[in-house]
Amino acid sequence: MVPITTLHYLVVAAALFVLGVIGVLTRRNVVIVLMSIELILNAVNLNLVAFSRMWGNLHGQLFAIFIVVDAAAEAAVGLGILIAFFRNRETINVDEIDLLKW
Amino acid sequence: MFLNHIWLIPLFPAFGAVMMFFFGRRLQKATVSAVCVGVVVLAFLFACFTVVEYTDFANGTGRPFEKIVYTWLGGGDGHLDFVKRDGTLAAFNADAGFLLDPLSSIWLLFVTGVGMLIHIYSVGYMAHEGGYYRFFGYMNLFMFTMLTLILANNFMLLFVGWEGVGLCSYLLIGFYFHRKSASDAANKAFIVNRIGDAGFILGALTLSWYLGSFRFTDINTLARSGHFAIGDPVLTIAALLLFVGACGKSAQLPLYVWLPDAMEGPTPVSALIHAATMVTAGVYMVARSNAVFVLAPTAMKTVAIIGALTAVFAASIGLVQNDIKRVLAYSTVSQLGYMFLALGVGAFAAGVFHVFTHAFFKALLFLGSGSVIHALSGEQDVRNMGDLRGRIPTTFKTMFIATLAIAGIPPLAGFFSKDEILWQAWRSADGGFPYLWLIGFGTALMTAFYMARLIFLTFYGQPRMSHEVEHHIHESPKSMTGPLVVLAIGSVCAGWLGVPPSLGGTNAFGKFLEPVFAHEASVAPAEPQEPAGEEHRGLEWMLMLLSVGAAVVGGGWAYRHYANAGKDYPEPIAVKAPPLYTVLYNKWFVDEAYDYAFTGRRKIGNIRLGAMGAGEASSWFDAKIIDGAVNDVGWVTRAVATLSTWWDKWIIDGLGVNGPAILARMISYPTRLFEWGLVQWYALVMVAGLLGFGVYYVWK
Repeated sequence: MVPITTLHYLVVAAALFVLGVIGVLTRRNVVIVLMSIELILNAVNLNLVAFSRMWGNLHGQLFAIFIVVDAAAEAAVGLGILIAFFRNRETINVDEIDLLKW
Repeated sequence: MFLNHIWLIPLFPAFGAVMMFFFGRRLQKATVSAVCVGVVVLAFLFACFTVVEYTDFANGTGRPFEKIVYTWLGGGDGHLDFVKRDGTLAAFNADAGFLLDPLSSIWLLFVTGVGMLIHIYSVGYMAHEGGYYRFFGYMNLFMFTMLTLILANNFMLLFVGWEGVGLCSYLLIGFYFHRKSASDAANKAFIVNRIGDAGFILGALTLSWYLGSFRFTDINTLARSGHFAIGDPVLTIAALLLFVGACGKSAQLPLYVWLPDAMEGPTPVSALIHAATMVTAGVYMVARSNAVFVLAPTAMKTVAIIGALTAVFAASIGLVQNDIKRVLAYSTVSQLGYMFLALGVGAFAAGVFHVFTHAFFKALLFLGSGSVIHALSGEQDVRNMGDLRGRIPTTFKTMFIATLAIAGIPPLAGFFSKDEILWQAWRSADGGFPYLWLIGFGTALMTAFYMARLIFLTFYGQPRMSHEVEHHIHESPKSMTGPLVVLAIGSVCAGWLGVPPSLGGTNAFGKFLEPVFAHEASVAPAEPQEPAGEEHRGLEWMLMLLSVGAAVVGGGWAYRHYANAGKDYPEPIAVKAPPLYTVLYNKWFVDEAYDYAFTGRRKIGNIRLGAMGAGEASSWFDAKIIDGAVNDVGWVTRAVATLSTWWDKWIIDGLGVNGPAILARMISYPTRLFEWGLVQWYALVMVAGLLGFGVYYVWK
């Protein structure tokens, strides 16, 4: 059985990251976009944790926890904005949310 | 006891006036007469007792009695202090104070005495007139203010009385206010007097600014103290200003024009105010300030010359007038001129003496003329009179006596006072006064003529009135003839108080007044020394004979022309010198000249002439030129401001401030096209960037 090396983790993380980016870029539903951003963040977490394991210290773990908190806050604020936005415009399509042009 | 309550004297008639003001409307005529005549009788009796007590008090020294009831204005609390001419502070102080000295005693007696008689006369004269209570209320008010004027111990209180008599004069001239001419005459009197009053108040203030007091006793003491040189310019100006006031009140040139018109008032008013009392207020005031006048020889000369000119001027107009009251009015102006002539040559006592005698015979003449008018149902034109001597005998006799008195026939009152004046004018050595005597002499001639003319036209000749009027002729009631008789006795006897030494008299009147003017006798060279030297006696007699001769000639001349005047009788002056007659008949065209010069009644187109025109011209100048210039400057300022606003708005704000902003906005239009608001596009750019970096680093 081939031992699971850091490279494996990085490949999985990269795949997750790509999936996330594709989700962000292609989905029109803001909720899906937010979920895709979670995927990107978790890909980063996976990287951090993998490198932490490789180097045998906890710095990466610590950063991963930060990012989890950050993701939670981001989801809360993002969904809040989304609800407020929905009340005003009755849509959550990201291509109709274009008021921040100037 | 009376002396200490001297302040009550003016309050008697004041009480009457107040009663009439509040209750007069509701009172019966009998009650009105009782109250209003009663208070004046009381004032007269009180005045008599007061003067008797005063002579005891003065005991021949003539020292003034002063009673200060309270301080009416100022009061030394520092609020009304003013800076005197020499830089020191003085308190502006006017008392409700009363001064009794020989001068005011005389005025007090004849004002209350003659006033009382005229009040009694008015009961008869006004019996059938409307506004009975109003008339008596005004008359009482007049008595109150006149007595205030006489008894005041300072210039300010005197001014209150002075204005008060002016007001009463106005009210009584305009008594028949429904008549336009009466209301015009009242306005004229008031306005002309206003000019004089301005002079008076300025003079009084100048004096107090110079001497520091309004009180006559203080002013006299200071003026006599020797600190001031004869001819002191400030005192001269003050004296001249005071004389302007006297000119207004006492109807002297050039302010006499109101007095003839004042005859629009009821006849008793003419007698009381415009003959006997008020118009002598100017004489009183000048005599009262004699200490100041003596220090101002220029002012004295002015007084003498104005007086003499007024005397002859008014007498010349009186020669040809046809309204019985107007003749008497011009006669009054002329006699007042005599009085000022006397004051001006320094013969104060003689002037006051003439005031005294004149009060009797001129009041008598006016009351007599009132009686004539009454008898003739209101006719005042002598052309429509004639042959009245048998029909109203009492009036005729008393008026005849008054005429003799005013003409200067001895031994009646006018003779003594007038000859005293003429004699003093002759002998006052100070520069050409014999000319003044000559003027006075000519006036005496004219006086005799016009008075005799009046008597002959009224009482002699043929009746010229209409039958209706003739049918109604009746002698006046006792209440009117009684005062006439009393005044006639006064006209005969009043002169005996002042018989000069040259005729064996003692001139008691002059002696009585001596303390008031004694000092002036030593200062003014014009005042003759007493007693007259023996060598002058012949001259004095000669002058007396001359003036009596003038009176006889004037009277005789009038007799020749008027004694048998029928309808359309000829006027001798009109026959001999028609142009002169026209001039005199039109009163030297003085009213017309004033219309040209002052009143603005004459116009060229819309432009008034004279002073009013000048006023309007300067008003126009002010409005159009001065204000116009101001407005032009304003217009220029506004134009500059508009330009400046435009500059600020378009150049400063436009180019400097908004310009860069506009530029920034212009640049923003292309720039903002890069941003179209699609979040996913931004994200794609980010990814592309990331990929770019990645590719760069990998292939580096």
